[in-house]
Amino acid sequence: MEENKKFTISVYTENSVGLLNRVSAIFLKRHINIESMTVSKSEIDHVHRFTFVVIVPETLAQKVVKQLEKQIEVIRAFYHTEEEIIYQETAMFKLSTEFLYDEKIQNKLKLRRAHIVTITKNFFIIETTGLKEDIDRLYDKLKPYGLMQFVRSGRIAITRPKMAISELINNVN
Amino acid sequence: METQIETKSKHIKTKEIKISGSEAVIKCLLEEGVELLYGYPGGAIMPIYDELYKYQDKLHHVLTRHEQGAAHAAQGYARVTGRVGVAMATSGPGATNLVTGIADAQIDSTPMVCITGQVGSHLLGSDAFQETDIIGISTPVTKWNYQITDASEIPEILAKAFYIARSGRPGPVLIDITKDAQFDTLDFHYKKCTAIRSYRPVPEIDMNQIEAAANLINIAKKPMIVFGQGIILGKAEKEFTALIEKTNIPSACTLLGLSALPTEHPLHVGMVGMHGNYAPNKLTNECDVLIAIGMRFDDRVTGNLNSYAKQAKVIHFDIDPSEIDKNVQTEVAVLGNVKQTLVEILPLLQENTHEKWLQEFKKLYDIEYESVIKNDLFPVKEGLTMGEVMKEINTVSKGDAVIVSDVGQHQMFASRYAKFNQTKSNITSGGLGTMGFALPAAIGAKMGAPQRDVIAVIGDGGYQMTIQELGTVLQTKAPVKIVVLNNEFLGMVRQWQQLFFDKRYASTEMTNPDFITIAKGYHIAAERVTKREELAVAIQKMLASDEAYFLEVCVEKEDNVFPMIPTGASVSEVRLS
Repeated sequence: MEENKKFTISVYTENSVGLLNRVSAIFLKRHINIESMTVSKSEIDHVHRFTFVVIVPETLAQKVVKQLEKQIEVIRAFYHTEEEIIYQETAMFKLSTEFLYDEKIQNKLKLRRAHIVTITKNFFIIETTGLKEDIDRLYDKLKPYGLMQFVRSGRIAITRPKMAISELINNVN
Repeated sequence: METQIETKSKHIKTKEIKISGSEAVIKCLLEEGVELLYGYPGGAIMPIYDELYKYQDKLHHVLTRHEQGAAHAAQGYARVTGRVGVAMATSGPGATNLVTGIADAQIDSTPMVCITGQVGSHLLGSDAFQETDIIGISTPVTKWNYQITDASEIPEILAKAFYIARSGRPGPVLIDITKDAQFDTLDFHYKKCTAIRSYRPVPEIDMNQIEAAANLINIAKKPMIVFGQGIILGKAEKEFTALIEKTNIPSACTLLGLSALPTEHPLHVGMVGMHGNYAPNKLTNECDVLIAIGMRFDDRVTGNLNSYAKQAKVIHFDIDPSEIDKNVQTEVAVLGNVKQTLVEILPLLQENTHEKWLQEFKKLYDIEYESVIKNDLFPVKEGLTMGEVMKEINTVSKGDAVIVSDVGQHQMFASRYAKFNQTKSNITSGGLGTMGFALPAAIGAKMGAPQRDVIAVIGDGGYQMTIQELGTVLQTKAPVKIVVLNNEFLGMVRQWQQLFFDKRYASTEMTNPDFITIAKGYHIAAERVTKREELAVAIQKMLASDEAYFLEVCVEKEDNVFPMIPTGASVSEVRLS
C-alpha cells in the first residue's frame, strides 16, 4: 500500500455559482476527507483560487488533480508536497478581559507573534498567523483560560514552483 | 414582439427584435441544427412548450411517457447519429426523472443537452411547489450544468451547452431555466460557441509520444489492440482500420467499441471483459504490448488490476488526460483526437503479419466455440437459447441492423453474437448498466436512423422498467422492433446467485404479465415464440413488417452466460463453464 502524505491542492477556476459543489464532488466521489479549504481571489483578475489540504497517497493526488482539471470551469489544478510550498493559517481567540494583564498570556503572545486586535470591557481578541502546529500550541496554552470563541482559517499557500496560469489564459484568449 | 429603437447619436433607426426567453430557447435549438427533441411538459416549463407549439413545423417534439424515457431516447438518437441529443422536462420530479439518463450519458460519453424548467427566481430556495435543486443533484453526473435566471443569458449559455456536450470527450449538459427567465424578453443574437478559456477539449498532440508508441509497436512480437467507443466518437473508423490492416495486430473491442470495426473483419478477435471472448481475455495476459485506443479500462474489462497485463507495455490513446494511469499504468500515453493521432502514427508503423500470434487467437477461439458458442448458437436441448435468437436475427438483418440492448444476460448474448457491418450500430448502456434503457433508446435510435432496422433486444426485467414507452411507440408510430427474451428471471443476478450464492434465488424470479396482451393494448403487432421451429419465421416476419413489432421469445429459464471472469479474478482466469 502506498503511504498517505499531506498534499496541498491549488485549483484555479472561473468565478461561478456552484463551482465549489462541483470541485468538492471530485473529493467526495473518491471518499477523500478535506482537511482544510480556502477560497479566495487569485493574482489574476476574475480567477478564483481554491486551496485544499488532503492526506492521500501521491498517485491518488495525481488522479484527483486530473479529474479536477477536467471540469469545464477549472482552469488548472496542481498538487504540492509540504516542501514545495510556503503556507500559513490564521486563527482568532476570544478571551475574557479579566485575563488581559495576565503575564503568562502576555509572554505567550510575544513568543508566538500574536496580536491583540480588539479590547472591550468584557472581552479581547487575539489574532495569530502561523503553521497549524503553532496555532495548536497557542490553543493549548489559552484553553485553560476559558476560550469564549476560537476560529481558524483553512491553509493558504504560495508555491515555490511557478504555476503558469497567466500564460495559459493568455494563450487561450 | 418588435420594437424600434432610435439611437440618438447617429439618428439612424435600427431594428432590435425583442423575443421571450422561451422563444429564444427554441431559436437556439434551431441555430444548433436540432430537429428533434424528447420530453414531457409540466408547470415550470410551460412557456417553452407554448413556443414549441408555435414552432412545431420546424422542431419536432416527441412526447415520451416518462422523463427517463426522454433522456434515454435522446441518448439513442445521439448514439446512432453522432449528434447532440436533446431532452426537456419540467422542474422537480420532471428534472429528477432525467437523472438516470444523464448519469448514463456521462459514464458512456454521450453528447446530450437537457433543458429543465425551474420555479421563478424569486422562489428559489423556498421549497416552492415542484422545486428541486437540480443543479446540485446533477453536478456529479454532468459534464457541465448551469442555472439561467435572466433571459438575456439564454443565447450564450445554450451555445456553450451544445459546444461542451459535443466537443472533446462528449457528455451531458443540463441547463435549468427559471420560469421568469422564460417569460422575460431579450434582444436575441446568436453566436455559436467555439472556445471557452478554462476548457481544453482536445489535448495537443505530442509527436515524441507518437514516436515512442510507434517504436514499441514496431518491436512488439505479440501486440494486441483493445479499442473502445473513442473510435466511434472520434469518427476514426477508417483511420483505425488502416492501422490494423497495415500492422495486422489482433484487435478486440470493449462493449461500447462494438461496431467500430465490422465484426467479420479478420483482425477482429472479439470482445474483452467479464463476458467477452476467451481469446482476447486470456491473451491480454500474454501480449507484450497492449495498445488501448479510446477506451478507459473499466473494471468489467480488466478484472483484477493486480494481475491485468502486468507483462505488457501499455500504450494508451485517449482524448481525456484524466483516463491516463487512472486504472492501468501506461508506458506511453498518446493524448489527442484519435482521428489525428492515428493518422500521425500510421506512417511510422512497419507492416507486419503476426501470423503465429494471430494463430493463438484462432486456437483459443476454437476452444470457446466447442465449449460455449456451439451450444449457444446450435443448441440440442429443448429450450430456446438467447444465442440462437441473435443468430436468427443476424441471418435476416445480415449485420445491417442497429441493435439496442438493455442490461443483463440478453445484453451479453446480443453483444457476443450480433453481427455489425457498420459503425454506430450497437447501442447499449455500458458504464451505468441501466435496466430500462433499451426501449426508449431504440425509439430515439429509430428516429435518428429511420432508414435502418432498429431492433431492441431486452430482458423481461428491464422491459418492465420502461414498458410505458410503448405509448411513445404507439403515438409516434416509430417502427421499432422489440424482442423480449423472456426467461422469467432477472437472469444475470440469478446466474450470480447460482454461482456465488449457492442458488439462493433472492427476489430474482419474475411473475410476468401477458406481454402480448400488453403490446396489443398499445396496438402493436405481437407474437410469442416458444418453439425452435417457429423462431426463424417469426424473426423474418418481424423484420419484414413496416410497423412497430413486438416479439416475445420464451427462452430457457436457467441458462448462464459464459465465458465469465468472476469478480476479483484475473482476465486469464476466464471460465468457460
